[in-house]
Amino acid sequence: MSKLVASLKEAIALTGLRDGMTISFHHHLRNGDYVLNMVMEQIAALGYKDLTVNASSLFDVHEPLLEHIRNHVVTRLQTDYMSGVLGSAISSGVMEKPVEFRTHGGRPADIQSGRTPVDVAFIAAPTADPMGNCSGKYGKSACGSLGYAFADAMHAKKVVVITDNLVSYPLADWSISESYVDYVVQVDSIGNAAGIVSGTTKITRDPVGLAMAADAAQVIRHSGLLKDGFSFQTGAGGASLATAKFLKSIMLREGIKGSFGLGGITGYMVEMLNAGCFETLLDVQCFDLDAVTSIRDNPRHREISAAHYAAPGCRSAIVDSLDVVILGATEIDVDFNVNVHTDSTGRIMGGSGGHSDTAAGAKLAMIIAPLSRARLPIVTDHVTCVSTPGSTVDVLVTQKGIAVNPARKELRDRLVSAGLPVRDIHELKEMAEKLTGIPRKLPRGDRPVAEILYRDGSHLDTIYNVPGSL
Amino acid sequence: MEICRRAAAGTLESSDVYVELEPGEGIQVEIDSVVGPQFGDAIEAAVRSSLEEFQVRDVHIRLVDRGALECVIRARVETALMRGREEEQA
Amino acid sequence: MKRSMLFLPGNTPNMLINGDSLGADCVILDLEDAVSPSEKDAARVLVRNSIRTLGYPGCQVIVRINSTDTEYWQKDLEEMIPLRPDAVMPPKVSCAADVQQVDEAIARLEKEENIPEGTVRIIPLIETALGVENAYAIATASSRVSAMLLGGEDLTADLRCKRTKGGEEIRYARGRMVMAARAAGVDVYDTPFTDVNDDEGARADAEYAKSLGFTGKAAISPRHLPAINEVFSPSQADIQYAREVMEAIRRGKEQGKGAVSLHGKMIDAPIVERARQTLEMAEEMAKGRG
Repeated sequence: MSKLVASLKEAIALTGLRDGMTISFHHHLRNGDYVLNMVMEQIAALGYKDLTVNASSLFDVHEPLLEHIRNHVVTRLQTDYMSGVLGSAISSGVMEKPVEFRTHGGRPADIQSGRTPVDVAFIAAPTADPMGNCSGKYGKSACGSLGYAFADAMHAKKVVVITDNLVSYPLADWSISESYVDYVVQVDSIGNAAGIVSGTTKITRDPVGLAMAADAAQVIRHSGLLKDGFSFQTGAGGASLATAKFLKSIMLREGIKGSFGLGGITGYMVEMLNAGCFETLLDVQCFDLDAVTSIRDNPRHREISAAHYAAPGCRSAIVDSLDVVILGATEIDVDFNVNVHTDSTGRIMGGSGGHSDTAAGAKLAMIIAPLSRARLPIVTDHVTCVSTPGSTVDVLVTQKGIAVNPARKELRDRLVSAGLPVRDIHELKEMAEKLTGIPRKLPRGDRPVAEILYRDGSHLDTIYNVPGSL
Repeated sequence: MEICRRAAAGTLESSDVYVELEPGEGIQVEIDSVVGPQFGDAIEAAVRSSLEEFQVRDVHIRLVDRGALECVIRARVETALMRGREEEQA
Repeated sequence: MKRSMLFLPGNTPNMLINGDSLGADCVILDLEDAVSPSEKDAARVLVRNSIRTLGYPGCQVIVRINSTDTEYWQKDLEEMIPLRPDAVMPPKVSCAADVQQVDEAIARLEKEENIPEGTVRIIPLIETALGVENAYAIATASSRVSAMLLGGEDLTADLRCKRTKGGEEIRYARGRMVMAARAAGVDVYDTPFTDVNDDEGARADAEYAKSLGFTGKAAISPRHLPAINEVFSPSQADIQYAREVMEAIRRGKEQGKGAVSLHGKMIDAPIVERARQTLEMAEEMAKGRG
């Protein structure tokens, strides 16, 4: 028996794909991914129509998808995140059915429960053997963790592994085992290494980012959570990384031994692991080469599935045990609702990812954002759309002060007595508007282009088209 | 104030504005801004008020704005005007 | 008593508009080295508008003007003095006369603008061998001089030696500056640490400066500010001890005692003075950012 199929075209035929079915992709190859475009090109050439694409995230590299949307090869999109090129097109109304945005935790939960069943999963694998055991840790297109692909592999009716590094059976250090895989296809290249992982992620030189990071580290220090057993998640953005750096030096100076670092992992988190700040790293996605090397070589750096990371409604997920998460925002309103889906003109340029999952789970969910970006104030009366409900957001750190959710009075008292510049969020809004002026409110369209689903599946908000865009 | 020659001030960096001007008839203002939809009118008002402050009646002025605050816009316009009013150095 | 000073390039809006929120006790708006000769006019207008509009609440505002051997410094002062910055920083100050020249120009402008004489202070930047040798004369050249800053980069060029991380080459200059400033009764700030990416080095350099008696330290990157502010702040233990000292003195006075002791140690005048300074600083810190 062999699962090895000579071509992608053949594999697609073997899966029994039909019009109207759902196919899925993971985003571990990020903006270097060739696989989604490769598969869609074949599918379009074979004449399929009316498919649903469920991708854990979509990047600018996936621009050719727009052509398949225009030609009705793809008529439904489900994703957790969408970067600007596709986002702009969706916002201009290129698609009839609204995009369904989920969270990184909600997506695997819905795939598993059958709410969004997947007919065929196409899994890009940096290394695989002929029976389908596969891993992201090895090969020229190594991406580290394959966390977002597990639900697809385990629950899709058919699973196709696509690799550019076929090794002889068995690949001992597999992430996804052959027991889930139907077919294996070998191709020349599954991605562009430069777009898959960045080199060493550098700490920001932006002075505002640094100032916010210094305050964010102080918020954590005085939150009462920074003690032995501490757990932490932060993104790869400039200010987030800088916070990790400041936090590391506080932890080392005060001899605090944390339990785990979580999430998308960067070299900075690896440094913290190696310096003894954490017992272990729990990694759903690697952002840079240092993280890929570490997850391969260090047994204390563990790969986790998206469901284990953040799925709601299961027995437990790691986010439920998380102390502190640092998150970004394109807008935050006076009720602490956060928008990470659109820019302030309403155009889609992002998505929840794990934003609302970690905010809901963590004991302290902290947003770091400058008071304004390019003259546009970040704090508003009402966010353009709600990505993460304000009830799950605890603190906003800006360069001109820290606002604490009024529901967290005890935390506010702690920060005030530590001498941190705590202000009412309305005051931050006024400070920003005093500098920038009040932006003119832009008209929004009346056609829904995307629906935002909260992690538990409930409807959170609707994104409308942006008139006159594109 | 009379504008005698082409002049420019500012940069294309974030939070800055690049201002270019030359002698013209009447006041002509062109604005290209990353926050045009939200602040285009406010930017034009700031430019016109600066021109009035320096009693400039004839100028063709162009701005490429990268999200500059009003105090920055006014500074760059003022610098460009001062540079444009000077006679050519021999 | 301010701990940290941050240099902000005078022609860069992105830095200027956020200057008050970078964690520095003082901002130095720089019209000198950070601004090329062809942009001196633009920086002056931009810095003037920034101070006028933003005000830098919670920060002391210092303007580094161009040196008195250039054609720019008088125009710099004409534009800046009406805005009443907390201080003007003339660079490359080598002797008392350099300070007096700036002092006179400021006095004239204060008068023209109906600003009370002496409002704007002078913080000479000492960065030449002659300046270091004349440090005491410079510190006492005008009642406007409130502090001095050591500039290690230009100084080592003048000394014809290499600027190193360890700073052995400016050891004498540092000691001399502290001695002169303290003798004259003014504050004294250490030269910036120049490796922007070396945070531990910046902390060690700040600790060294503190051990020599410096009031605080300048920075060219906001990244070094948390370390500087922390190093030059009194610790909780310092504050606790200072409170105990003041309490012991109060009780001693009540009981009419001449000599007071705490934990078996005599409390003399310098200990009381230090405790007073510590509490003053702690109070200021509590008002501003941690």
